[in-house]
Amino acid sequence: MSPAFLYGGAGILLFALGLWSFLVHEPLLRKLIGFNIMGSGVFHLFIAIAHRGDGLPPDPVPHALVLTGIVVAVSATALALALNSRLEAADANASASAHQTHGRGADEHADDAKRRRWPTR
Amino acid sequence: MNRDLSLLIGILVSLFAVLLLWIVYITLSAETGPRLATLALEQLPESGVSHPVTAVLLNYRAYDTLLELAVLLAALLGIWSLGPAPAGFQLAGPALAVMARWIVPLAILTGGYLLWVGGHAPGGAFQAGALLGSAGVILRLAGHPRAGLPSEEAQRWLVVAGVGVFVLIGLLLAALGYGFLTYPKAGAKWLILLIETAATLAIGATLAAAYVGGRPLGAAPPSTPTPTEDARA
Repeated sequence: MSPAFLYGGAGILLFALGLWSFLVHEPLLRKLIGFNIMGSGVFHLFIAIAHRGDGLPPDPVPHALVLTGIVVAVSATALALALNSRLEAADANASASAHQTHGRGADEHADDAKRRRWPTR
Repeated sequence: MNRDLSLLIGILVSLFAVLLLWIVYITLSAETGPRLATLALEQLPESGVSHPVTAVLLNYRAYDTLLELAVLLAALLGIWSLGPAPAGFQLAGPALAVMARWIVPLAILTGGYLLWVGGHAPGGAFQAGALLGSAGVILRLAGHPRAGLPSEEAQRWLVVAGVGVFVLIGLLLAALGYGFLTYPKAGAKWLILLIETAATLAIGATLAAAYVGGRPLGAAPPSTPTPTEDARA
């Protein structure tokens, strides 16, 4: 059991945990967190693969890929978070206006919206 | 989603993970064939920098880095197109304000150091840009509505600076007959440093602007109040 396999294996575990969370949880925010954990697992694995044995300098190519990958992942996460917050604002707004016009039925609509986003378990 | 389904997904994902672990294990225990590392380290004296990761980023795989910067820009344009930024937080308490006053200049200074040191040691545009971006995040948390960034027009110039300088240098080199982003050995160091400086500013500004989360406040074009704006108010 080499240290590289230990590191890479930890990356795969992170990837699997993130994938499971991404598939199972319904709220977008939790999916996004799961997706980021998957990404971290991939970065972990890349760093492990860069190891070329003791005494040799690590392979710089995977290191460079991880470096740019981190910044791209952060910016993509920012875009997803911005979309999510606009979506929530639009949702809240839609249920509020439905409440004003339809009275009783709108409550159910708001409940539906809430259930879609934050399912009770 | 019901319990059985999430259990089933859990089992399938576990099996997938075991398969991946097995593949990685046999890959790592096999004899390593020819790797890019040998080539990368061999060509290092020709690249203009002495740190292999920077050489990969700015020289061998410069196309890749150029497109990464374009991805950053596209993400920020997406965020800006969603509407104006939400209002900033309240002004910081005394402790946070003093911390911001110390941390932000230190982060900028360290960013400049990382940018310079990237030529021969771990560091470079992405690390320096990340530090600048985090300085912006701290400023925004401490109550600065624009996260320390300049006016909207200046921000637009800043965020395209990385891609712009990169492409201009590439085109200039192509016009001089070297080929797109193929540096002549004599000037490689300074061209890389110029690109990295622009990229650092662009990455820092982009990350800070992305954290602000919308089109810059202030001189925004006149917009009719949309439902979403009402909801936030």
